[in-house]
Amino acid sequence: MEKFTRLEGLVAPLDRANVDTDAIIPKQFLKSIKRSGFGVNLFDAWRFLDHGEPGMELASRQPNPDFVLNQPRYKGASILLARKNFGCGSSREHAPWALGDYGFKAMIAPSYGEIFYNNSLKNGLLPIVLTEVEVDSLFHDVEAFPGFRLVIDLEQQTVSTMDGSKVFRFQIDPSRKHSLVHGLDEIGTTLQHADEIRAFEDKHKSRQPWLFS
Amino acid sequence: MPQTLYDKLWDSHVVRTEPDGTALIYIDRHLVHEVTSPQAFEGLKLAHRKPWRMDSVVATADHNTPTTDWDKGIEDPISRLQVETLDANISEFGAKAYFPFLDRRQGIVHVIGPEQGATLPGMTVVCGDSHTSTHGAFACLAHGIGTSEVEHVLATQCLVQKKMKNMLVEVDGSLGRGVTAKDIALALIGQIGTAGGTGYAIEFGGSAVRGLSMEGRMTLCNMAIEAGARAGMVAVDDATINYLKGRTFAPEGAMWDQAVRYWRTLRSDDNAAFDLVVRLSGSEIKPQVTWGTSPEMVIPVDGRVPDPEKERDEVRREGMERALVYMGLEPNMAASDITIDKVFIGSCTNSRIEDLRAAAEVVKGKHVAPTVRLAMVVPGSGLVKEQAEKEGLDRIFSEAGFEWRQPGCSMCLAMNNDRLEPGERCASTSNRNFEGRQGAGGRTHLVSPAMAAGAAIAGHFVDVRSAR
Ligand code: SF4
Repeated sequence: MEKFTRLEGLVAPLDRANVDTDAIIPKQFLKSIKRSGFGVNLFDAWRFLDHGEPGMELASRQPNPDFVLNQPRYKGASILLARKNFGCGSSREHAPWALGDYGFKAMIAPSYGEIFYNNSLKNGLLPIVLTEVEVDSLFHDVEAFPGFRLVIDLEQQTVSTMDGSKVFRFQIDPSRKHSLVHGLDEIGTTLQHADEIRAFEDKHKSRQPWLFS
Repeated sequence: MPQTLYDKLWDSHVVRTEPDGTALIYIDRHLVHEVTSPQAFEGLKLAHRKPWRMDSVVATADHNTPTTDWDKGIEDPISRLQVETLDANISEFGAKAYFPFLDRRQGIVHVIGPEQGATLPGMTVVCGDSHTSTHGAFACLAHGIGTSEVEHVLATQCLVQKKMKNMLVEVDGSLGRGVTAKDIALALIGQIGTAGGTGYAIEFGGSAVRGLSMEGRMTLCNMAIEAGARAGMVAVDDATINYLKGRTFAPEGAMWDQAVRYWRTLRSDDNAAFDLVVRLSGSEIKPQVTWGTSPEMVIPVDGRVPDPEKERDEVRREGMERALVYMGLEPNMAASDITIDKVFIGSCTNSRIEDLRAAAEVVKGKHVAPTVRLAMVVPGSGLVKEQAEKEGLDRIFSEAGFEWRQPGCSMCLAMNNDRLEPGERCASTSNRNFEGRQGAGGRTHLVSPAMAAGAAIAGHFVDVRSAR
């Protein structure tokens, strides 16, 4: 996994609550057996006027001019500003894969679907939780100032405006932060405890032998 | 200290805990399907890692498989490749059991786990699918995981988890006639919202829950994820034990007795502390119908579609307005005035034998309304299908004008050919009414099997309590 320490980026607002994983990446794109290439179909049903199917060329599609990510001012955004319960719904990791592949590196919302939250972190995509009031103020700013950018400092756990006039602190589990900052491979980390897992397994087997028969 | 059921399940699976509370949890059962596993197996191979314990794996192909013309195989080449990739991965790595496409026991992963006795009380169960919460009906700690976690569990038999908070949803009193577990679930989500359970493991208790069959409890736990909770669960009682006895992978003989003794301890202690308790009165719950594009947008069948004008919160109001436009509905219209084009009875929420019986009871001797273009029943598994056919339910459905299909996820998420066309309106027994979930532009109303059956006959929603 890529390391995540500090990010300065353009912010794109998605002003809807309960944006679900079906909206982030519709199911017809889940048929792929790869991890990459989902970015072109991020928010497919909202981003395009025609119906998307796997394998269609981006150039042949009809973008929906009303969808926020299609507005030129948000081109190249790497921070997605969203409303509560972002990423609710399914466990499909294709959702963070699509967001990352499109170019997002961090999200800011008052809350997330839990599985999506985990999935994001495992892909180096930082889901930041700020309060409703803080998120609201950012929605106002992004609307008011074209080219609105934010600085995310994971080590300091802060989100700040470029001029430093607003600085918000966010929470993240220390172990998750550690993995992100160092770009650790979680499986490798867990396997360092293989002996403990084996010891647990033996004990577990003697207590509930039917689980192993 | 008195413990909740969740505390007990957690404690009995902790391998180690980090100072910040993050823990390694041992996983007993890993359910695998074709959509969320290919990248996990590939990751394992790329890193030259071996799976830890493939005999914890039970696998099936369900999301992509067709529900008609099985003799033609899977026509869509991309879907076929995904299913074949699972075949190849299981034949390379092995599994405790695999129910591939065309096997008579194939079916939706959350239906076949319990049906095979592969889901047992006290287990930790994971699957790369959010509705893994279903298995909590057996007093399991069961949660959905992403593909990276699938790979992690394959490689280490563990999941990195932080302990959730405890929520008790207590439903007391008796349910009215025609009111089901699905209605409890929808009424709960209507009350606490789709994020209401975020950060919690929900235990369902109370006399109305105790009175549910295992099928009903599975429906309830299945929908815990729609309430935002990654896990839902119900304590062990006689219903649990009786359901499991004699199932393929359930223990036998002396080991069965030993297991049952342990399983009987899988309930919250008296006076166990919950971080949050939500109470519902069973007798007050009416059959529910969703009107919008989130499961929390729900009304009782005798209710009316809400009016956004009356909503003070701006974000909520805009969400309601957008949902009304998408759904093609007007504020204040009666639920019973909503006419439907298609009916889908199926999905891991409501495709078990009891669900099919309830629907069949409503349609028996009647006929699907001429305005309904398609009404279909998709059993949750090959074995459910066989059982239903033994009971003659297939004939009841066919004579009433329903299509009787092969098992699979089908129009719950429309990855195969079963889908809504843009603008089509469906009474569906599935679990998600998100935009486009059942097909681009499709409009989904979530209901119980009896309600879906009633709607198929009438052509619009009807109150199953009176329509008999
Ligand atoms: S039936 Fe629907 S919700 Fe259940 S596993 Fe299949 S796609 Fe997911």
